Amino acid sequence: MGKKTPLYDEHVRLGAKIVDFAGWDMPLHYGSQIDEHNKVRKDAGMFDVSHMAVVDLFGYKSRELLRRLLANDIERLKNKGKALYSCMLNEQGGIIDDLIAFYVEDDEYRLVVNAATRDKDIAWITRIAVDFEVEVKERVDVAMIAVQGPHARGKVHNVIKSTHKPALENLAPFYSLYAGDMFISRTGYTGEDGYEIILPAAQATGMWRVLLDAGIHPVGLGARDTLRLEAGMNLYGTDMDETTTPLESGLAWTVAWEPEGRDFIGRTALEALRKNPPTDKFVGLILNDRGVLRSHQRVIKEDRPIGEVTSGTFSPVLGKAIAFARISADIETDCMIEMRGKELPVMIVKPPFVRHGKPCYE
Amino acid sequence: MSNTPANLKYTKSHEWVESLGDGTLRVGITDHAQDLLGDMVYVEVPEIGRQVKSGEECAVVESVKAASDVYSPVAGEIVEVNGSLNDSPDTMNKDPYGQGWIFRMKPSNADEWKNLLDAEAYMGVTAEEH
Repeated sequence: MGKKTPLYDEHVRLGAKIVDFAGWDMPLHYGSQIDEHNKVRKDAGMFDVSHMAVVDLFGYKSRELLRRLLANDIERLKNKGKALYSCMLNEQGGIIDDLIAFYVEDDEYRLVVNAATRDKDIAWITRIAVDFEVEVKERVDVAMIAVQGPHARGKVHNVIKSTHKPALENLAPFYSLYAGDMFISRTGYTGEDGYEIILPAAQATGMWRVLLDAGIHPVGLGARDTLRLEAGMNLYGTDMDETTTPLESGLAWTVAWEPEGRDFIGRTALEALRKNPPTDKFVGLILNDRGVLRSHQRVIKEDRPIGEVTSGTFSPVLGKAIAFARISADIETDCMIEMRGKELPVMIVKPPFVRHGKPCYE
Repeated sequence: MSNTPANLKYTKSHEWVESLGDGTLRVGITDHAQDLLGDMVYVEVPEIGRQVKSGEECAVVESVKAASDVYSPVAGEIVEVNGSLNDSPDTMNKDPYGQGWIFRMKPSNADEWKNLLDAEAYMGVTAEEH
């Protein structure tokens, strides 16, 4: 018996298979996760992501706090409403979590952090915030619905109040706005266009049903995982954790070294690592044979273990297994995977595996 | 609640067995099993002509969630396999007792299959799992 989001009864009503996720009772699927995956790639699907934590920061030094807290540079957000994807590091450069930060007002920022790391993140942020006199408010009164797919935005526009339509239609990718009580961002975790909608918990069921009527399919966490992996997006806890830095997690691009004077937490440790060539690197793998790539499977080159799979799954769009792996940095060409007592060749590729609904690799 | 047809026999390892009129047995995995595993993506069927013992691992089904061995319910010889599962492994999810059958075998002992679990006994097994 785990925690339940405001939409739990809806999932049960729709016949979802409920499983535990980070202490929450969440829908794994509503019949077939592969069908749901395909509906997001071809049409529009929606996810209950209310288990994730929304953390609001208030105070005129909020931006300064984020310059210290985040490895990416909040100064990249020049305009209100814009979002930033960043890692939050510890003093050793290890990743505490990955998150999205929104510039709402000059004295207000909104963070969305992972469900599994919720308590840890809030304790950490609150501790650091003291020095900046910033109020940290965990929003336990909200729900969050992610609507994703090529037809997602259009279907949402069909049912949203007409006063909000023009602003939404003009909303640029990675920007957000308030439509009445709803905070809507053009962000997502699938590689498709769409919205993530944060709204008062009391309105969640009503909104979910309106979206269902608009022809948006309910999608569970099973498809959420296959979609994000196809899109080349990391999952905290499997692809990286406190013992890995962004540099060996495929997230070096999220670290803003300039300006050199910005002393974000973990910078010193990361700079020391940056000086020496990294021992490990983060790559994508594709298996052309039959079989599914899975976490912790060993990657081998000429009988030598050179790394392991972090996340693996079956890609419905490619029709084959795909994975992320952390392997020795000196490996250039293809290698083998150890799977159920056999060794099979795998192709090393640069993620993503799917873009605009189409395979990047044949 | 999983579907467990009364006219079939079952094993504790979640295979179902159908005795066909011609002395052969058709084998697949149960609705309970496909529900636990989730969407199927691959199946490894046994070679035709292979001799198997009772309880011997002879096929593998793989879902997004996990790979699972399929065991021969009795001793005998594999005489046919369901080739359509290659292109449509999801048939095992959608129609586990019909088009989702995995292999057909000729048992060494014509009556051995009668000792397998009946539907009620199998439902008892699955109830204990929860």
